[in-house]
Formats: sequence, structure tokens, C-alpha cells
Amino acid sequence: MVAAAPDSRPAVVDRDAAPDFEQILEFTRNYLNYNVLQSISRIFRYRSRRPGVHSWGGGCASAPFSGSLRSHQPNPDRAEERPVTSARPTATGELPSQDRGAARAARQAPVVAALREILPESGVLHHREDLRPYECDGLTAYRRLPLVAVLPETVEQVQAVLRLCSRLGLPVVARGAGTGLSGGALPPEDGVLLSLAKFNRIVAVDRDNRTARVQPGVRNLAISEAVAPLGLYYAPDPSSQIACSIGGNVAENSGGLHCLKYGLTVHNIQSLEVVTIDGERHTIGGPALDAPGYDLLALMTGSEGLLAVIVEVTVKLLPKPECARVLLAAFETVESAGTAVGRIIAEGIIPGGLEMMDNPAIRAAEDFVHADYPVDAAAILLCELDGTEREVEDQIDQVRALLEDCGATEVRLARDDAERIRFWAGRKAAFPAVGRISPDYYCMDGTIPRRELPKVLARTEALSREHGLAVVNVFHAGDGNLHPLILYDANQPGQLEQAEALGARILELCVEVGGTITGEHGVGVEKIEQMCVQFAPAELAQFHAVKAAFDPDGLLNPGKAVPTLARCAELGGMHVHHGALPHPELERF
Amino acid sequence: MVRTMDDPAVVAIRERVAAAAASGTALRLRGGGSKDFLGRRAVGEPVELGGLRGVVSYEPTELVITARAGTPLAEIEQVLAESGQMLAFEPPRLGAGATIGGTIAAGLSGPRRPWYGAARDHVLGTRIVNGRGELLAFGGQVMKNVAGYDLSRLMAGAMGTLGILVEVSLKVLPRPAETVTLVQEASAAEAIERLARWSGQPLPLSGAVHVDGRLHVRLSGTPGGVAAAVAKIGGEGDGDQFFDAWRELDHPFFAPTDGGDTDQLWRISVPPAAAPLEVARGDGGQWAVDWGGALRWWRPREACSEQAVRAAVSAAGGHATLLRGGDPDGEVFHPLAPGILALHRRVKAALDPAGVLNPGRMYSDL
Repeated sequence: MVAAAPDSRPAVVDRDAAPDFEQILEFTRNYLNYNVLQSISRIFRYRSRRPGVHSWGGGCASAPFSGSLRSHQPNPDRAEERPVTSARPTATGELPSQDRGAARAARQAPVVAALREILPESGVLHHREDLRPYECDGLTAYRRLPLVAVLPETVEQVQAVLRLCSRLGLPVVARGAGTGLSGGALPPEDGVLLSLAKFNRIVAVDRDNRTARVQPGVRNLAISEAVAPLGLYYAPDPSSQIACSIGGNVAENSGGLHCLKYGLTVHNIQSLEVVTIDGERHTIGGPALDAPGYDLLALMTGSEGLLAVIVEVTVKLLPKPECARVLLAAFETVESAGTAVGRIIAEGIIPGGLEMMDNPAIRAAEDFVHADYPVDAAAILLCELDGTEREVEDQIDQVRALLEDCGATEVRLARDDAERIRFWAGRKAAFPAVGRISPDYYCMDGTIPRRELPKVLARTEALSREHGLAVVNVFHAGDGNLHPLILYDANQPGQLEQAEALGARILELCVEVGGTITGEHGVGVEKIEQMCVQFAPAELAQFHAVKAAFDPDGLLNPGKAVPTLARCAELGGMHVHHGALPHPELERF
Repeated sequence: MVRTMDDPAVVAIRERVAAAAASGTALRLRGGGSKDFLGRRAVGEPVELGGLRGVVSYEPTELVITARAGTPLAEIEQVLAESGQMLAFEPPRLGAGATIGGTIAAGLSGPRRPWYGAARDHVLGTRIVNGRGELLAFGGQVMKNVAGYDLSRLMAGAMGTLGILVEVSLKVLPRPAETVTLVQEASAAEAIERLARWSGQPLPLSGAVHVDGRLHVRLSGTPGGVAAAVAKIGGEGDGDQFFDAWRELDHPFFAPTDGGDTDQLWRISVPPAAAPLEVARGDGGQWAVDWGGALRWWRPREACSEQAVRAAVSAAGGHATLLRGGDPDGEVFHPLAPGILALHRRVKAALDPAGVLNPGRMYSDL
């Protein structure tokens, strides 16, 4: 055992603390923060706009900044927010009528009083301005103030809070860093937002067994940083890894750029400490590679906070690869780039990272970070090979030859680490780069069988024309996870609705070709209607039965991840499940 | 091939389960029969699943194979080998009849497991018939999929108690270009220490077993990568036979002795760096270390108190399965903590409310 190291930067800073200049600098160095900066600049320009769907910051406590942004936030147009779908909260930002305020206060008072018996006063937030940082996660178009937010510091306090919620029948939503992109941490209007921000310590690192016990609020990247001196790292690297918390990663089964070779969160954790809604604490999994009984660890991973609250995670650590080299290849068609991906894999090579960008994505990224991308290419592939020096050496020439054979017009091998980092910088900056060319964008997250890529891109382009909105595509080519970014302007009436409609069509297309509506961002509130497309009523009913096994009263994160059968029926979709129409005996026109 | 949902065999299974649920009749699920010895005694009317055969789809460049659950494991491995691919969790067949469904239901993984993942890690999707007789699809045929609870991976290792697998989709991987096995002299403690050291380095390990005073290490990867690792680790070269036999529990270490109650085989899962265990008084017997330290096999010289063994293993952070020689009506798998057992009962009830699927095969009250 080596000494336990606290995560030096807590996931959520004190709301009254001044913005830390070092943190802002760190943010500027990373792409994901571009949106935060954009939000800050918007705020300072007092430009009246409604924040984009995929806009970090924008008033919410997205990761380390929490309260510091909130205090600068005039957001004069909040009152103009209008519900777009039934899931979207009605204007929560405007001052409510006095009656509504009084009713709310009446509901709050007993809950606050009960919570104060469990938690220190500073751990119970109920003033409107204190709750504002928790009104949304990374999906900022959905906002809702919780009745109360709590910041427990011990597992016993979490247990007591859940027991109380259970007794009072209060909905409760757990929240980590608030970087999720599907609205999974959207608070319950009549319930408790349970922030795990204070659980920010790395409890222990076990070098010999290659594991780390960490509290759920520890940032993903902080784990790898803490164990780097041992030559180890934590493999899943979601793009928000400097900010997102490990508890949230488990709840969403987060992926990243290296999933094909190193797996998702579910493949890289060994055990969880969880608290169920009845306040009971359980150990799921254990210190060995497997555990007796059912694989509840797999069931818990990706369950979006609907089954239990995670209070500790034991992650697996891997030895850092000795070296990594990256190839950049340009193609005249998306098809030939797709073929090259299939050929590399057929050759028996599993690259550490394999990413594709289409022309609009290449141009946007190049304009932003000047990675020296070939801007005339229809698509580029970035192929990273990692392992021991000799392994990588063995594969580089093989991959280069394959890429050329598949019609690459240019293949470049990063000469050194600086160039490798520059090649990746463009890809990693793709989202904020798109944020520069469009006022708002909406990030989709479908996964498809890779062979369907040309068809899906062609159909997406047609849908894009039909809806009058441009789409930029970045693609985790190795594992088939496609992120179409729909460009829109929330200030133009109807464009957000168009963007959401186009997004829904793209997800349905993913299901149609044998894929899924979400590869790594989760369902949350965002894709709950598409769940009715992907799953048949009996399957959804089975999900609800599993949920009830853990949370019979449905208090944990209600209304997320799994739609009610009634809701799917209301949508009235003529959804085709497994190639079978419902009620095949009826004629359809 | 007809669609799974229209397959008369699947329709028959659904009807059979629905009728059993209505009448409260226990069903005993059976594929190839190769894992009949595993777990507790199966009770109920037999449901033969070996007829659900055939590879549904396989596209090597997608790294995914989908097959009916009764497809022989040997057939799947043959199909994959023709394209230079493999099931990376190296499942033990433990008999000619082994099916892919039984393999996933048993959740067993071979020597490659610490570095390439377990059976559950390679499950991408399943079609099951639950205890209500409903045909349900979870997961899919893509690498990343977080829509809905992961009920597919939940099926792995559930011994058929949560649903009848009718189709599974698995992630497959390319076979490494080069594989070399090395042997070194070592005590168990030395072997565990070496393995902890090597596992912390980026070495292309694909197997590590210590038995009879010798540490067998397998390296797999590119020719250059393996050659460099061989130079680093050192040892005498050996053929592939050792790991092939070990995977199938075909090595002399596992050979039954004179039979009788004393012929026990324990499978003990522990943190990889755990020191050699002393699980019971006079624990002479024979020990082997597998999974780079994380799996210990024990053949006690004389029958021992199961409770004492389990207490000692629990104290080491592990769990013990009495793979052979136990009482089939006693508990074979490690007892669950009371809270976890309660969750198991509720999960079981959620999928099989009438409790008709393989009741008692895993634990007496599941």
C-alpha cells in the first residue's frame, strides 16, 4: 500500500470561493472548457441568448467552477424559456408568483428541518440562489430547481439522507461533477439533489494488486495522475476526464477514446460500495477478479443512478504502455476511410485509439487549433498504436501500408510526442471547434455496426438537408460510436426544436441499422423517448421490474433512463421491434 | 436461417416456460451437459437447449459474433479461427458437448482472463426467455451500448437462474501473431511476487500458472514484442501444450485420485498478490496458482470443513467454490452477505417471479 492521496482539486469548489486563476488556465488548455469560456464571454457581453443544449457552464455547476460562474450570471432571457417537450421543465428561472413561492416554502420547511438533524447546516441548501448551481448538468437546456440540495460528507450521512427520503417518499437524485450530457443529474422538482462533491478523496492505492479505492467525487483524471509515479493509470478516458467524477463514470458506464482496446468503465472497475434507497450499505464485487453470485457490478454500472447511490469505487489500474505512436491518414471518401478501419482490424491489429472526422469537422478543428490537418480531405483517420516499443514498431509499417492500400492520399506518422499531441489536439478540440462555427450545437451519441457507416452518414446528410441544419461528424471508428453534432442557433425561433427532431431521427436511424441510441452518454431525460424505439414493451417492463427490486417506490432518479409504458404508448410510435410490428393482425397504411 | 423470434424451438421454449410458471413447475436447463458437475444439484423437468444451433452472424471486421445459445463452443471457435480470431476469455470447454450458452451461463474463463477479461466482459448482447416466457433482447451487436440496464452481462455466470439464453452476441479479438511459453523454477511465494512485479509492467502476458514448483508464463503479441518480453523475463522455452491442458483442467494436477469424499477441488478467487493461503489446519494438499495470482486451485489431502475454508478465504478478501467433491445439496458457491443475498432474491424475482428457472442450481434459495 502506498500513502493515500487526496484528490487535490475537489470536484465542486465552495460556491463562495473566487474563481481560481490556475483552474481557469487549466481549463483554457483543454478543449472541453472552451464552452465554459464561451459562456463566460457571453455573460460578459451580456448577450441575450438562451444557452445551447450542449453548452458547458451556462449557469450550471458544470464541474470545478460551480458557484463561481453562478454569481456572474445575469441570464436575462431565462424567463423566455419555454417547454419544448414534456420532460423539459417549465420556466424555472423566472421569479415565481408569490403563491407558488409560498407553496414551495411550505413544502421545503419540514424537509429542511429533517435534513438539518442529519447534516450540518452548511450541508443543506434550500435558498433559490444556492440551488441554482444544481439546476442542470452538461445538458443545459433542461433545468429544474430541486426542493433542496444536500452535501453529505460521510457514508453514514448518505445513508441517513436516503432513509429520510424513503420515509418521506421524496425523490432523490445523486450528482457527481455535473458533466453528464443526457440530463441524468437533472434534479427532482419536489425532491432532494444529493451532491457527492465532498467525497473527493483517493482512499488507497494498492500497487501490487493494481487497484485504487476512490470516493465517487474524485475526478477521472486525478486517479491517473495519482498513480502515475507507479507507472500505472486508469484506462477509461471520457473527453470530460479533467472534470468528470468517477462515480458519474460508473453511473453512465463512460467510455472514451481507447474503448476498443481497453474497454468501458464496466471493464475497469472491481467493486463498489453503494447505498440503496432503504439506507442499507452494500459491497458489490470485491477485491478478487470476480465475485460470487450474480454480476451486480455489471448491473449497477450504467444504471444512471436509478438503483443505488455509489459511495466508493475500486478501479483497476493498468501499466502505462511503454510507447504510443499515431498515424494520420487522409482520404478522398468517407467510404475508403471506413474500409481502412475494417482492414486494420481484419489484419489482427487493435489500435489503442482509432478516430475518424469528416470534412466539416476537419475544417472546424483546423481553424481552431491549427493541427496541420489536410483540410481538403473528405475524412481523416487518426490511428494510435500503443504497447511496448517493439510491438508498436512491428505494427506501424503494417498499418501504414494498409492505409495506403485503401487509397489514403496522405499518411503521416507523428515524429515525436509533440506532434502526436498536436494530431490529437484537433480531434480532442472537435466539439469546441464546432462551437466556434455555430452559436449552439447538439451532440448525439449513437453506436452503429461499423460497416453501416457510409449508409448512416449519407442518410444523416439527407436528414440534415431535410431539417435545414448542418451536421458535423466525429466518430470513434474503432468501436462504432458516432457523435453527429447538429449545428443550430437557439436564438432563431424553432431551431432548437428542429435540432431535437433531427437528433431523434438520427438515433432512430442508428437503431434501424442494428445499433443503439447511446454508446456512452446515457439515456437520462434526453433520449428517453428513443428508448421506446429501441426496446419493446416487455423489455421496458423487465427494466422496471429490476428497478423495483432495488427501489420499490421509484424514488431514485425518477423519470430518467427508462420510459414508462404509458409514455411510449402516448408517443404512439409505430415502432418496429426486432422486425415485428405491434399487432401484426392490423392493417397499416 | 429463420429469425430467432420465429424459430419453432424458441417458440416452444417460451410456451414451456409460460406453462411452467403458471403451474409452478421447476425447469432444469441443459445445453451440452458439459457443466452438469458445476453448482448445486439441478432439479425439475429437463429443458434441452442443444437444438438451438447455428451462428446467426459473424463479421470479422466488426469483432462480433452472434450465435444461438446451443451452438457448440467448438464450432464457434472453429469459425473464429478460420478468420484468425478467438474468444479472448479462453473459456474451458470441459467436455465435447459444451455450448456457447452454457459457457456464458457458467461464466467460466480460462488462463488468459486477467489480461483479456472474463466471459462477462465479452458479452455484448443476449436474447433470453425470462421466467414469464417472454422473449427479450438486451444489449446488442455493438461495442458500446448504454441504453437500458445491462441485463446481458447479468446473465453471465447466473447459471440459468435468471433467464434462458437463446442467442448471445460476443466481442471477439484477433489471435495474437506470436505466442511463447516460458518455464521458471519458483516457490509459490516467489511466483506470486514475480507475477505482481510483471503485471505492473507493460508486458504482453496471456497466462501465468504456478504448479509443482514451476512457474509457466505465456506471452502473446507481435513477434518483436514477444521476443523483447522473453528476453526480459527469461526462462526455459516450452510448447503450447501446458496451457491447452490447463485450460481444460486436463493437467495431472486436476486428475481425480481414488474418488470418495476426500477428492475435493476448490477454486479460490483472491486478490492477485495475496500470499499463499493457509485455509485449514493441516492443509497439506496440492496448490496451484492461476490467473497471475488471482486464482488458486486447491486439492486438500483430506476432506476439510467447508466453513473453515470459506472463513479463511473470506479473510483473504476472496471467495471459494467447491468445484468438485462437494455435497450437491449443500452450498457449492461462496455464501453471500445477507444484504447481497436479499438483493439477489429480489433480482431473481424480477426476472423469474415464479422461481421456475434452474431453482437452487446456484444457491439453495435462488
